Amino acid sequence: MAEISLVEAITQALAHEMRADADVVLLGEDIGKDGGVFRATQGLIDEFGPERVRDTPLAESMIAGVAIGMATQGLKPVAEFQFMGFIYPALDQIINHAARLRNRTRGRLTCPVVFRAPYGCGIRAPEHHSESTEAMFAHTPGLRVVIPSSPARAYGLLLASIRNPDPVVFLEPSRLYRWAKQDVPDNGKALPLDVCFTLRTGADVTLVTWGAMVKETMAAADALAKEGIQAEVIDVATIKPLDIATILASVEKTGRCVIIHEAPRTCGVGADISAQIAEQGLMFLKAPVQRVTGYDTIVPYARLERYYLPSENQIIEAVNNVMEFA
Amino acid sequence: MNIVARFEIPYYQYLNETSTVIDTLPEFAQDPQHLQRLYRLMVLIRVFDSKAIALQRTGKLGTYPSSRGQEAVFVGMGDALAKTDLFVPYYRDFGTLIQRGAKLSDFLMYWGGDERGNSYSDDKTDFPFSVPVGSQPLHAAGIASAFKIRKEKRAVLVTCGDGATSQGDFYEALNLAGIWQLPVVFVVSNNQWAISVPRSAQTGAKTIAQKAIAAGFSGEQVDGNDVIAVRERVASALKKARENNEPTLLEILSYRQSDHTTADDASRYEPKGVRETEWVKEPIGRLRRYLESIQAWSETDEQKLLAECGETVDQAVAEYQNCPPQPIESIFDYLYETLPDIYAEQREDVKKKEVPVHG
Repeated sequence: MAEISLVEAITQALAHEMRADADVVLLGEDIGKDGGVFRATQGLIDEFGPERVRDTPLAESMIAGVAIGMATQGLKPVAEFQFMGFIYPALDQIINHAARLRNRTRGRLTCPVVFRAPYGCGIRAPEHHSESTEAMFAHTPGLRVVIPSSPARAYGLLLASIRNPDPVVFLEPSRLYRWAKQDVPDNGKALPLDVCFTLRTGADVTLVTWGAMVKETMAAADALAKEGIQAEVIDVATIKPLDIATILASVEKTGRCVIIHEAPRTCGVGADISAQIAEQGLMFLKAPVQRVTGYDTIVPYARLERYYLPSENQIIEAVNNVMEFA
Repeated sequence: MNIVARFEIPYYQYLNETSTVIDTLPEFAQDPQHLQRLYRLMVLIRVFDSKAIALQRTGKLGTYPSSRGQEAVFVGMGDALAKTDLFVPYYRDFGTLIQRGAKLSDFLMYWGGDERGNSYSDDKTDFPFSVPVGSQPLHAAGIASAFKIRKEKRAVLVTCGDGATSQGDFYEALNLAGIWQLPVVFVVSNNQWAISVPRSAQTGAKTIAQKAIAAGFSGEQVDGNDVIAVRERVASALKKARENNEPTLLEILSYRQSDHTTADDASRYEPKGVRETEWVKEPIGRLRRYLESIQAWSETDEQKLLAECGETVDQAVAEYQNCPPQPIESIFDYLYETLPDIYAEQREDVKKKEVPVHG
């Protein structure tokens, strides 16, 4: 079996679900003949036609609002935003409408939409193409926020998100789109939402991360293993609702926790994870929880963006810090 | 120099402000019983409206936006809609929704602070009000896209106010409807005011209707105080939508004979005397005078109708006031189809909460 990249796994999941379910429709800018700016919808217009793979005019609020209208009629729209930085015009539609429709109609109307967007920095893109503001959506009641970090999880989690009866913000780490390839059988098997994935087990420290930072975190864990420190690595995957139980169980075992995310530190999802560990797992801790995050700055343009991103060394340093506590 | 585009905006009116028929009446309007039915609904809406304001003034209802002066718009639209069409309202439109299966008590529940008011008793397809102004034309475009994809002969009717036409979402929806040829009718219920800002301060264009031209389809103005014109033009536009996937923009002109909501005081900004000048055009008296002129209505009919409407409204008020609030934990029960486990603790916690006292 040929190995595929994360973006190819997205395409494979979309194609699978469009074959399996006639209600799945795609809409977004340049997703038709062009196959999307990252080629996530490559070839889909040829197989499914322009009725189901719909190029929209250039207006993000429109993409979200139209997807909401479609979803209320039983379609399962998957809406693509070209970059996370361009979702903001659609926030009224996502926060005020998609996230609330079930609640405000007491379940009479529902909104099974997937809002997809590439996110994160590190691909030398122009400004506004490097956002990681997942905390904003995680703060919104009624939404799910899902972030895959490998081709297999991209495939399985996207299938699960499309099949989910509620709105999902599905953020694809653009830095990993073409990074590592994997065998991803096109078997239609979804992965569970609302749970973390433990990528590596270890008894000494828990590393909690998601999205593209999984790459540096796994590399740091490998390096630490050579020094005799066994790190457990948890890919949160579903940022909201957060599977804090898996994280707490790991922290109970290791007594140490470092949280790594590329989003700015203040009010990042790491702050909430840290708070929940303090509330529910303080007695497990042998050392203070540490965060390795992006800075509270605007993501710098390409020449400096590598300085903004948390590095493998920063993660190792943070682990060494927490290991110093007895 | 060549002229590459020209456009015209027609204005429709059948019954003028002196209740004179100025054009050949459409077929439905030649049936006095049909007009009586529309008249009765308009009166019911006005009686309900007065009652709702009285309830708010006595602390028994939350902030309420009056529909006084716009009754013909709501009734004409409701009468024109087919059962299988779908209606996406703005927040004054209860008068249309009660023709679609929603109950008057639903709207007391809604404005009285109970989400169940949006579950619309016998109307399970239409949308709830969109409180963020102008978001809903995009939902209508999405619904219309679904109808078209499924090749269903159904139309979507969406309304907003004149203020909402300044929103980007309004233009985005028109633009898409023109490109995708969607079975949608956009109604702008132009009551001349967006809270304190007059229509003249929302757009430099002569009409709102002409905004359709830029989107590639036709727009027209309709006298919103003439229920015959509203019913006829909305029905005609819905038919074009259903049969030819052709969108239309209708700017329906009326005058807001009230404050914006019960929380507003229009005397701060509305020029003195304008409301009174506009009152001579109002829709209920206009149709009543016409019905009387063709011997299809009498003072006895009027008194009987007012008594019936009073009873209907009192019954709705009783239903609302006798309905206990939802259990507090219900705030968690419609967030997701199945509440994620991590919120179970918060759901249990709120059940134990004492009723807060606000002072």
